[in-house]
Amino acid sequence: MNSKTLLYIVKRILLAVFTVWVVITVTFFVMHSVPGGPFVGEKATTPAVQAAMEAKYGLDKPLYEQYFTYLGDIVTKFDFGPSLKQRGRMVIDIIMDGMKTSMMLGLIAAAVSTLVGIVLGAVAALRRNKLIDRVIMVLTTAFVSMPSFIMGALLLALFAVQLKLVPANGSTPAGLILPIITLALYPMAYITRLTRSSMLDVLGQDYIRTAKAKGVSGPRIIFGHALKNSLIPVLTYLGPMLAYIVTGSLVVEQIFAVPGIGRAFVSSITNRDYPMIMGTTIILAVLIVVMNLVTDILYKIVDPRITLE
Amino acid sequence: METQKKKRLTCHVDLDAFIPATDAEKEYMVQMRPSTTFFKDGVKRLYKNKIAFISFIVIVLIALGSIVIPIFWPYSYEDQLGVQPGKPVDSSYKNLLPFEYGKTEQAKIESGETVFPHVFGTDSAGRDYFIRVIYGTRVSLAVGFFASIIVLLIGTVVGSVSGYFGGKVDMIIMRIVDIIYSLPDMLMVILLATVLKLTLKPVIEGTVLESVGSNIISLFIVFALLYWVGMARLIRGQILSLREQEYVLSARATGAGGFWIIRKHLIPNCISVVIISAALQIPSAIFTESYLSFLGLGVNAPMPSLGSLAADALNGLTTYPYRLIIPAIVISLIVLSLNLFGDGLRDAFDPKLNA
Repeated sequence: MNSKTLLYIVKRILLAVFTVWVVITVTFFVMHSVPGGPFVGEKATTPAVQAAMEAKYGLDKPLYEQYFTYLGDIVTKFDFGPSLKQRGRMVIDIIMDGMKTSMMLGLIAAAVSTLVGIVLGAVAALRRNKLIDRVIMVLTTAFVSMPSFIMGALLLALFAVQLKLVPANGSTPAGLILPIITLALYPMAYITRLTRSSMLDVLGQDYIRTAKAKGVSGPRIIFGHALKNSLIPVLTYLGPMLAYIVTGSLVVEQIFAVPGIGRAFVSSITNRDYPMIMGTTIILAVLIVVMNLVTDILYKIVDPRITLE
Repeated sequence: METQKKKRLTCHVDLDAFIPATDAEKEYMVQMRPSTTFFKDGVKRLYKNKIAFISFIVIVLIALGSIVIPIFWPYSYEDQLGVQPGKPVDSSYKNLLPFEYGKTEQAKIESGETVFPHVFGTDSAGRDYFIRVIYGTRVSLAVGFFASIIVLLIGTVVGSVSGYFGGKVDMIIMRIVDIIYSLPDMLMVILLATVLKLTLKPVIEGTVLESVGSNIISLFIVFALLYWVGMARLIRGQILSLREQEYVLSARATGAGGFWIIRKHLIPNCISVVIISAALQIPSAIFTESYLSFLGLGVNAPMPSLGSLAADALNGLTTYPYRLIIPAIVISLIVLSLNLFGDGLRDAFDPKLNA
């Protein structure tokens, strides 16, 4: 790793940190621009109760002071304050509760989509313009043109309700099969297309012809030479893919009743649990920013030919 | 005279070069085919691309249908058929299956009158589902179209200014773009939509915008705030390479100002890239809208969009699966044909690709 790469990594980390700060700040001020504050719309309370509540949640202080307290609590104690609707629970605890399920769901979906996508893409490229290539391309085109929640609902209606193959409720391990498939379909289709086109590109390169001329066997050309190089573009997609899975899980968890962060987030939007919305937004955003950071750095290390910026 | 040999440095004009051409010579100079413009050339290539052409026809048919059908359709998207002023609610109109009729309608049919059929039945509030799908298509298409216009305008202006002027302006704009680009867009969209839904309502009350609905406006604001960055980067890249061309230098030499050069020389030259990515932006806007609808942050009821229709259908999924499948098919058809058409546009209009 030369000093240029190192400089790039440092710059990239600084940008990531700055982005996280922007997210926290934007989230805080956007949330506090709601007219009347978070307690409007609550059951009618007397002014005294209202004042006591505001004092309890620190809402009587000036806005900038609240902001620095909030920021300080996050940075030093990883504390996002108490939930408004689930009395007596801290936001971070609710998030951590759902994190385990959501992480499992997301990681399995990511692994499945990457593996299946690469295999399908390689097969399509090697059998270019044959029947199997056509079938794969038509299917993947269909998968990328349907919103995930519709795909999820259709899968639910078909496999859980009509055929009764799997439980419709996502709180059991068997019930996680459909959510994983729903989440994995779109990135899988994308990776398939990406692998196919970059594989076709690589197969036309001179070094593949040289290998063929040397008499290297077919499988060795594919696995030893072609596949490795054609996976570099796929690597760049990892960051966006994880971002997609994180946001997609909001919807998918809701449809299949998976007890994860996504469902907690969606219900906090519907019952206007402001600290919960802020906390979840920030944590998910940090997750996405870190994933993108890792992807970018990996990309730079794997393929030093690429000059970013 | 011996001075008849050719004088090489003479200024005398050789008159033979100026005699009118004969008809045979004129014939020879006639072009074999009329000259074509870049645009015509592209359209011709697009026409030859069967998939793109069919997609284009599909889009046009869907768009025309969503505009024309509501004009003559006897039902409206918001009328609850069972609810008549001054009468108790007739619940026989709720959840009709396709081609079923409500009680009063059946009575009419028995007395010999013809009643316009409910092609897709009615929804849980007794509204004709067919017209809701048609109207939802119109709303989704309009949202996609306007959102991509907004992105197009902002992205083009910022990108071209940044690319042409370079230096400090470019650096500042590009840092802002970098930050917005690295923000997780969906989360920010949800956050802004949640808040704007509440803050916008009192602001737009009583104005024309109220009929559009606060959620749709917040969707547009979100697009205007976040989604222009991709377009701006693209345009900037184009402008950076274009501004080194000789014709820009020549324009500058004749005293043209910066904005003039951008408007007259640079933007027309990257217009194909702009249009292609705008076409591909529409499906992404339709996706975002349907996603927000699912979270309850999409269009305001009773206005339907394809996303909100699908989201509403989730409740009665076991009994009325067609209510999900119909909008799902329409969304997929729209997004698919727009994507294929966009690809076709790119193949036809990006001169660098068809070498």
